[in-house]
Amino acid sequence: MADSAWPGTLSATAADSDSPRHRAWVRATHWITALCFFALLVTGFEIVISHPRFYWGESGNVNTAPLFHIPIPSSRATVPTGYGNVLPDQNGWSRALHFEAAWVAVITGLVYLLLGISTRHFAKNLIPQARLSIRAAIKAGAWSYNPVQRTTYLAVIFVLFPLEIWSGLAMSPAFVGAVPASVILLGGRQSARTLHFFDSLILLLFVAVHLAMVIRAGFWPRTRAMITGQMAEGQ
Amino acid sequence: MSKFSRRRLIATGLAAAGGVAGLDVAAKLAQKYGLVPPDHGGIYGAGETLTYAAQRLLTRHSLAREFPRSYISARPFANEISPRDEAFDRMKAGGFADWRVAVDGMVARPRSLSLSDLKSYPQSSQITEVICEEGWSYVAEWIGVRLHEVLDAVEVHPQAKYIAYFSLDKDWWDSMDMADALHPQTFLAYGMNGAELPVGFGGPLRMRVPRQLGYKSVKFITRLTVTDSVKKFGKGLGSAAPEAGYAWYAGI
Repeated sequence: MADSAWPGTLSATAADSDSPRHRAWVRATHWITALCFFALLVTGFEIVISHPRFYWGESGNVNTAPLFHIPIPSSRATVPTGYGNVLPDQNGWSRALHFEAAWVAVITGLVYLLLGISTRHFAKNLIPQARLSIRAAIKAGAWSYNPVQRTTYLAVIFVLFPLEIWSGLAMSPAFVGAVPASVILLGGRQSARTLHFFDSLILLLFVAVHLAMVIRAGFWPRTRAMITGQMAEGQ
Repeated sequence: MSKFSRRRLIATGLAAAGGVAGLDVAAKLAQKYGLVPPDHGGIYGAGETLTYAAQRLLTRHSLAREFPRSYISARPFANEISPRDEAFDRMKAGGFADWRVAVDGMVARPRSLSLSDLKSYPQSSQITEVICEEGWSYVAEWIGVRLHEVLDAVEVHPQAKYIAYFSLDKDWWDSMDMADALHPQTFLAYGMNGAELPVGFGGPLRMRVPRQLGYKSVKFITRLTVTDSVKKFGKGLGSAAPEAGYAWYAGI
C-alpha cells in the first residue's frame, strides 16, 4: 500500500521538497502490513494444501462434489488428489502464525484507517480527482498518483482487505456463533472459505503489479522513499 | 531532523515506563479473569492469547449456529479412525455395555458412568456443524447429554477451572475451560442423525464442543477430570493439540 503523503497539490514545487514523500506513519504501517501479508500468504498456502478442494454453500468435504480443486498433492492422506505422495503437514505453526499476523494486520489497519481519516490522507492523496487528466498525472510524476492508482489503492484498502478479514472471521466457529449474519451473508461457511481464497489471489495480483510498477519506476529510489521518506534529487 | 530536548527525553522515558507497567497490569488482570490460554508461551503465544481473551470477553455466552434438518449432510466424513484394539472390538460386539467413563478430580462424588447411566440423564439434541481445521465441514444432528448435567451430578468444586477429557486413543486428550464445560451446547454425544453414534464418528461416546474446531470434539471418551490447572497433564499445555503445534483454544 504505497501511498503518497505529499502535503501540497500537484502544483507544488521543489520549494516543498524537504517534506517527506511518505509520512512516517504511512511508511510504518506500509511495512508492517507488507510483512503480515507475506506471512499470511505463505501460511495460507500451507493451510490450503491440507484440503485443496473448494465448495460453495454451508458445508463440504471429500464425500461431496467440490466447486473446483487445485491440482496439487495434499498434506493429508484422506484427500483424494490423484497424486501418490502426501506433502508434509505444516498446519500447526501455519495456523498460529496466520492468526497472529492477522491480529497485527487488523490492528495496523485500524491505526492506518484512523490516521488516514484524521490527517485527510485519503481525501488528499487517494480520492480520485475528476479534474485530473492522466497526462497531468504523468507530468506530476512521482509526487502524486493517477486516477487508476488512486482507485486501485482505495479498492485494496476499503474493499479487498475488509472482505478478506470478514471472510476470515466468517470461518471462525466461535465468531459466527456470536454474529451469524457474518457467514449467512456470504452464503455459508464453505462460500466464505472460497471467497477468502479468491480475495487473497486478487490481493496477490495487486502486490505483483505494485512490485512491477515499483521496479519500473526505479526500485531503489522508490523503496528508499518508503523507508526513509526521502526521494533523491530529481526523482 | 527533530531536535532532542531534555523534556522530550523525559516524556519518552515516562511513556515507556508507563507502557511496560500497563502491560504488566494487563497481563495480571488477564490471568486473574481467565483470559490466558495454557499454551500462551512462545512466539505465537501473543496471537493465541489475543484470540482467546477476545472470544472470552466478547462471545463467552454466545451459541454455536444450529441448522434446520434440511442442512444435515447426506454424506458426512468420519476422517481418520484411530486404530482400536481387541478390547474395543469385544466391547463393540457387546453393544458397548461395558463402556465406562470415569468422572474424577475436583468433584464431591467421583463416578464411573456407563452409557445407560448417561442415557438416564436428560437427553438433548442439536444440529451443528463439525468444522475441521483443514477446511472441510459437515452438518449433523448430535444426540446426547449436556456436559453440565454430568458435572452437576458429581458436584464440581467452585475452584475448578478446566475439564480435561481423555480418549481411548491415548494420543488424543484435551481440556476446556468452564465457559465451554458449562455451555448448553457442549455435549457428551452418544447418538448421531437419529441413530447410535457410529464408531467412525467417535462411537460409542464423543465430546461435542461446537463453538470450537473439530479436533476439540474428541472421540471415544473414557475419562473426564475436573481440575484447577492443566499443568499436570501431558506437557502442561492443556491438550495434545499444542504438543503437535496446534492451538489449545480452537474457537479462533
